[in-house]
Amino acid sequence: MLKKILSLFLILLPINAFALIEVDITRGNLNPLPLAVSPLSIDENSRKSFQKLLKKENIGSEISIIVENNLKTSGLFNPLDKKAFLQAPDIANLKPRFEDWNLIKAQALITGKVNYVDDKLRVEFRLWDVLAAKEMMALAFTTVPNNWRRVGHIISDKVYERLTGEKGYFDTRIIYVSEEGPKTQRIKKLAIMDQDGANNKFLTLGNELVLTPRFNPASQMVTYLSYFKNMPRVYLLDIETGTQEVVGDFPGMTFAPRFSPDGKKIIMSFAKDGKSDIYTMDLENRIVEKITNHPSIDTSPSYSPDGKLITFNSDRSGYQQIYVMKNDGSDVKRISFGNGLYGTPVWSPRGDLIAFTKLHKGKFYIGVMRTDGSGERLLTENYYQEAPSWSPNGRVLIFYRETKTNSKGEGFSAKLWSIDLTGYNERQIKTPTDASDPSWSSLLSN
Amino acid sequence: MRLNKILKNTLLVLLACIALSACATKKEVATDIQGQMQGDVYTGTDTVEYLADGVPDRVFFATNESILTTASRETLRAQAGWLRKNSSINVVLEGHADERGTREYNLALGERRANAAKDYLMTYGISSDRITVLSYGKERPVDSGSNPLAWSKNRRSVTVKAN
Repeated sequence: MLKKILSLFLILLPINAFALIEVDITRGNLNPLPLAVSPLSIDENSRKSFQKLLKKENIGSEISIIVENNLKTSGLFNPLDKKAFLQAPDIANLKPRFEDWNLIKAQALITGKVNYVDDKLRVEFRLWDVLAAKEMMALAFTTVPNNWRRVGHIISDKVYERLTGEKGYFDTRIIYVSEEGPKTQRIKKLAIMDQDGANNKFLTLGNELVLTPRFNPASQMVTYLSYFKNMPRVYLLDIETGTQEVVGDFPGMTFAPRFSPDGKKIIMSFAKDGKSDIYTMDLENRIVEKITNHPSIDTSPSYSPDGKLITFNSDRSGYQQIYVMKNDGSDVKRISFGNGLYGTPVWSPRGDLIAFTKLHKGKFYIGVMRTDGSGERLLTENYYQEAPSWSPNGRVLIFYRETKTNSKGEGFSAKLWSIDLTGYNERQIKTPTDASDPSWSSLLSN
Repeated sequence: MRLNKILKNTLLVLLACIALSACATKKEVATDIQGQMQGDVYTGTDTVEYLADGVPDRVFFATNESILTTASRETLRAQAGWLRKNSSINVVLEGHADERGTREYNLALGERRANAAKDYLMTYGISSDRITVLSYGKERPVDSGSNPLAWSKNRRSVTVKAN
């Protein structure tokens, strides 16, 4: 839906092919690139039109603030203080005085302008290499005014991609479980928000327990676990229409659902007689296939991005460990051999890593390992945290963290956090209520 | 000289013994005061409700385990006796885990615990038609504490009347 509304086209401008600026994404936030985000300029008529429509005094500034925040939270960029800017936004967009931007140590500059054209929002922006005194990129978008936040996210993605050489992750959403009430009787609702926490919306009312929502990587569908009528079952939810349906006709608990990378299948666990096995269901022909068959607990399955392999959690060795198998269930190999227990394996969208939760000596860790189990790296340690979910570019993990209660059982909280694959840039993502089980969407546009 | 040394050593050993036994006594007293766990299985009655006189509604488990303890089997035999006498009553076995585990694995573990209880009831003649298993994983703790005693109360299978 949104994708159709948003048209995107390139302005034809000669741009020099090679740039001097480069951001090394693998290094973490040791040296974030200093950059200036000049407020998008806006003519007085357009400003007034948008003020009436969107209740924002200056939509140009608002959009540039979104870009600034996104680039800053990535940990790779250091947006400079606007007070130090010498050049007016409209003039800078025509032709920056590079000496001025150089003076405040900006290595890159973002300029642009906003117009109100035929009831639509038209935004153009340019990215400049200050040291080389060259334009690196120029793009324009036209969209419905209500999409103004997404315009900010798309600009952020384009800048991120141009400067790092990898796709961004800003024009995305996060689905999660909102939590309220005492720990013994938590009320849980599905909720969705933009990646930066804006536009939070509750999708269920909290009448029944809901857990582990996950996005379809190919559409705006979500699969999750609901205790509707006290029967824990895997459900499908279409976010656009709100329609829900139960997945498959199983006599017992189905749980731990995830989509296949093409979005055509759901993989999940089915528990019966004290055993949990992994099944898939084809969403088109509804054919159910049993993938694992073992007296142990087999759960938390996740496909490799090419769909050929599955990583999952099993206690067949006696304790929770991580395994990899072919998508037909053959060739099962254990890959976690470190000290402690391992759970919640999730395959990176880049294919090279598996993120996991580890429990060792009373501490919980979020970590990554290669898909053969080598190169284990623990990114963060805490009292309780689990359930990592990858950003669509495979550079950031989002997960949830719970606090320890005091001797009276008070002081419990659950919050969403994100951390870079490098182990740097750990941040809390603000939510209106307590939150858990986050899942990151794919890029809404490309 | 030599004797002196031997005496000294003996004395040291004796002193050590006294110290140790003092420790041991102290420890025993400590467990007695707490008195609610054996290994890490809850043995207290704080949270226990009763289906009928002398029929506790729940059994407790060790960390990551679904094995029934001697006390659990006794409880379940009492439940089976009560269910035989009340043949029109059906039950839901609600399986639970503590908060120190990943959500999805705990859902499976809760199911496994409730099934351990179900299997035992069945060996005492209760038909599987009368028993439904429902796992809550770590979603419904009875004790919100973040300590081993609270966790031990939460690792449980509770037999609940369904009708």
